[in-house]
Amino acid sequence: MMAAWTKCRPTRRLAVQGAAALAGLLLGGTVAATVWAQQLVADLSSHLIAITTGFTGTEVVLFGTTDGPGDVAIVVTGPRAPVTVRRKQRVAGMWMNTDSVRFDQVPSFYTVAVSRPLDQLVGRPVLERQQLGLPQLQLPVDATLPPEELAAYRSALIRNKQRQGLYAISMGQVAFLGERLFRTNIYFPANVPTGLYNVEALLIRDGDVVSAQTTPLVVSKIGFSAEVSDFARNRPVIYGVAAVLGAIAAGWAAGAAFRRV
Amino acid sequence: MQVYLPIAEMSVNALLVLGMGWLVGFLSGMFGVGGGFLMTPLLIFIGVPPAIAVGTQANQLVAASVSGVLAHWRRGNVDVKLGVVMLAGGVVGTAVGVWIFGILQRLGQIDIAITLSYVFFLGTIGGMMLVESSRAILRRRAPTAKRGKLHRHIWLHGLPFKMRFQRSKLYISALLPAGIGAVGGMLVAIMGIGGGFLLVPAMIYLLNMPAGLVAGTSLFQIIFTTAAATLLQAATNQTVDAMLALLLLIGGVIGAQFGTRASSRLRGETARLALSTIVVAVALKLAWDLFSRPDDLFTLTMGVR
Repeated sequence: MMAAWTKCRPTRRLAVQGAAALAGLLLGGTVAATVWAQQLVADLSSHLIAITTGFTGTEVVLFGTTDGPGDVAIVVTGPRAPVTVRRKQRVAGMWMNTDSVRFDQVPSFYTVAVSRPLDQLVGRPVLERQQLGLPQLQLPVDATLPPEELAAYRSALIRNKQRQGLYAISMGQVAFLGERLFRTNIYFPANVPTGLYNVEALLIRDGDVVSAQTTPLVVSKIGFSAEVSDFARNRPVIYGVAAVLGAIAAGWAAGAAFRRV
Repeated sequence: MQVYLPIAEMSVNALLVLGMGWLVGFLSGMFGVGGGFLMTPLLIFIGVPPAIAVGTQANQLVAASVSGVLAHWRRGNVDVKLGVVMLAGGVVGTAVGVWIFGILQRLGQIDIAITLSYVFFLGTIGGMMLVESSRAILRRRAPTAKRGKLHRHIWLHGLPFKMRFQRSKLYISALLPAGIGAVGGMLVAIMGIGGGFLLVPAMIYLLNMPAGLVAGTSLFQIIFTTAAATLLQAATNQTVDAMLALLLLIGGVIGAQFGTRASSRLRGETARLALSTIVVAVALKLAWDLFSRPDDLFTLTMGVR
């Protein structure tokens, strides 16, 4: 069935070329054309997550094929940014922030999906090289700290990210349909940070990564919420003036409306 | 119904926020206070970052005080001259407050600063009101209390730059209302509240203003300090969420109308006792949070600061 699908694809590709509305099909055609050269091909059901006013989180389907038996791991990484982790201590009976550590390159989002538990697939060196799984995630800091201190801050960072739903608590499942076709669902919560995401698909065979493919994914505010946040960030003073004028108008309208009541 | 807040970058239940606006509006209509002291802790409680709760609250208070002033203005209960002098101090206080806010935010101490000032101000004012109103209720049962002196002269009235305020029938140093305004402005910036609960007693007891003019005049200057706070918070800290302010506003305006009607069925002392009980309860809750061990000792802050 797979073979028939790939064979008929190139002719179809010619037919739809140039038709922008059928971009999805075109993408399918490209996949078919290059499938022979690569050992692993994967794509997403959508390359854009649009955060609109009614956004409550979404799911993106990742699907792909391999050129034969093997296991697949998917790593989704959000844009990296500095994060300050602060620790509270008791000062005069109150809990207040005392020490802090700055992590320079923290992925805003991180989740891994695998077709089989990772420890059955590859050894530690490979896991570390590929930064596969939270324990292997590289999180550089700006200060020199005793190892146990650093470990406490690091685990606090991961724990807080997990509580926010931005780092997965357990690994997702990559499901194989037959021997070559695989898919997995990647869930993005309502508080997903915006930016350019990297979706990396790895083909694992005989204890090593033999092929990898990276697909970009954009998370962006769209529509009213995008306009508001762009406005607030790019023209903060005018935004402030607009907020004040809007509030005065609203207050005035309310006062006038209820005058008759 | 979920609504995404573009600045807070989170999704909230619109009905919940509208309901909170309604409740706080109801209380403010009933007791004649801004209600910011309740709204900011409520917003923090549903997960809005404290800095954004404060900045947004200032924006919402602009609208609330405009609609409040309109009612007082029609009855001629606003002393514009005194209000403008308070305002001069208020703008300075707001600017200083926003500046302090930014520093504390960078130091990672803004949350505790907000909570501490809440505990301090709500605890003191609420406690004083609680004592005063319970006494008034007791006195009602035994109506023998004699009337106090109309005007007490204290050192505050000997300050320079004396000014005449015809509307309020006062001849006092301009530094007094300006100073009160400055404290009010700082509260707006750091706590996200109008400061009415502090301004009103200060105007009554320190300035000896006629009681009828106090509410209108304090609201008049609160419009400008909250507007200045909104502007400065938006420009320097980018913590004003217009979407959240809009939701709070709609709920608040409707709630205030119900509150005003309910207040006519309530005696003054009883209303003050009820209000001070709520104020003290909020202060105690915040103090408890400050002294009890948090679930996680570590917190994250995005970005460099």
